[in-house]
Amino acid sequence: MPSASQTPREPGMPDPTARRHAMERAGQASPAELLAALAQAGITPEAEDLRPAETGLVMVRGRIGGDGRPFNAGEATVTRAAVRLPGGETGFAYHLGRDRDRARLAAILDAHWQRPEARPALDAALAAIAARRAEAARQAARKVAATRVNFFTLARGED
Amino acid sequence: MYVAVKGGEAAIDNAHRLLAEIRRGDPAVPDLTVAQIREQMRLLVDRVMTEGSLYDPDLAALALKQARGDVVEAVFLVRAYRTTLPRFGATEALDTGAMTLARRISATFKDLPGGQVLGPTFDYTHRLVDFALADGAVPEPAAEAEPEADAAACPRVTDLLGQAGLLEPSPPDDGAPVGDLTREPVDYPADRAVRLQGLARGDEGFILALGYSTQRGYGRTHPFVGEIRVGSVELDFTPEELGFPVSLGTVDMTECQMINQFHGHGAVPPQFTRGYGLVFGQGERKAMAMALVDRSLRAAELGEAVVVPAQDQEFVLAHCDSLQATGFVEHMKLPHYVDFQAELDLVRRLRAEHAARTAEPDEPTLREAAE
Repeated sequence: MPSASQTPREPGMPDPTARRHAMERAGQASPAELLAALAQAGITPEAEDLRPAETGLVMVRGRIGGDGRPFNAGEATVTRAAVRLPGGETGFAYHLGRDRDRARLAAILDAHWQRPEARPALDAALAAIAARRAEAARQAARKVAATRVNFFTLARGED
Repeated sequence: MYVAVKGGEAAIDNAHRLLAEIRRGDPAVPDLTVAQIREQMRLLVDRVMTEGSLYDPDLAALALKQARGDVVEAVFLVRAYRTTLPRFGATEALDTGAMTLARRISATFKDLPGGQVLGPTFDYTHRLVDFALADGAVPEPAAEAEPEADAAACPRVTDLLGQAGLLEPSPPDDGAPVGDLTREPVDYPADRAVRLQGLARGDEGFILALGYSTQRGYGRTHPFVGEIRVGSVELDFTPEELGFPVSLGTVDMTECQMINQFHGHGAVPPQFTRGYGLVFGQGERKAMAMALVDRSLRAAELGEAVVVPAQDQEFVLAHCDSLQATGFVEHMKLPHYVDFQAELDLVRRLRAEHAARTAEPDEPTLREAAE
């Protein structure tokens, strides 16, 4: 398996933070959204499998007291995929759950995102997906906020 | 003693066919979908994820459907499934302080940054059966309000109290390997991390009863709920081939910080002690009971006498797993014909000896029960 440092990098290759950010956004997208994002960038979702998409486990770590020594809280299913483009770019995806198609599409997107010419279109599509997610999260937060308790103190007789 | 006995294959096959038909119930009633279970029986799904020790809502919902709603059977299915999968590694430790909150309450501090947020709770409902639900009543939309400015950052209550030194700090992360009871058998005394792993996957009823026993006087710890928070937390994982952490997505979790009566010794001034609970999904009862028992199991560490079940780690950890417990209890219904035959022979011999000693006439010989 090639490491990130062995992945071909053209000049102008962004830092891993930007790639991580794009991968995170792709991870929140549905398979239909990923297909649409690739289509929007004029990309057919085809690539060579470096490793066929497979489902496995990760051990979820918590911390004692929330901030102390780690402990094993339980496992979660994760599906991963790794692909390579004819140009040599490798793409990866690791997602919670068991959806192999979704992981493979996200890996293809990750690989194409590393091509500077594809990046702006993919970033735009991912931004639109993220905006929809943010709106749903904002709505959920507003519903939770309505359940916040506002205490008031009753005036007492001796005052 | 177990001896292979042939026969019964057709009966077993037909029993499973009958099970499948009975599981489906009245064909005139629409089939339950996995998505319906996942969405509308969510707390049950959460319990199966927690006790199955595997976060996967769709899988837990499917297991519940297959198990006809039997929690322990569903846990069995989930645990069996996980043994078929490779493990890719361990996540970065999740940060409950950065949780996107659906609920957050404290029974110890009324005014705290971020406020008391009730979220979706059964608390304060009247527990009257709502017959309108049977008629498919559509709920009115949830109320909405603009989140207050301090809602974005909700520090854990224990972080606030800890700053004043009134609360014992969490045990620091010393980078030591994290014990995993799914990989190595538990050695007693087990460290707190392994105990928490066992409690997290332990049966809710068992942990609840033990926690309750401490409240009733079998090892009092004088607990207060410092904080309960429910919400979604991001999981980060660093794949070897990437070398940087990627977000796997978010999981719903419930955390309980229990604050218990003071402790101090020698150089340590009196301070509150703590118990901790963390479970998948929304599982407040389990998280609270887990935090109570976590604190009880710290008895030896805190210089308290270990005298009651909830303080005895081997008693708790060896018996809290519903799958292990059900395996040993339920195996008794499998054929023990030969064992029982041996017992029958023994009791007959003893009775004969007894009869000879007391010189009373023996009772007529019964046909052997196992014949």
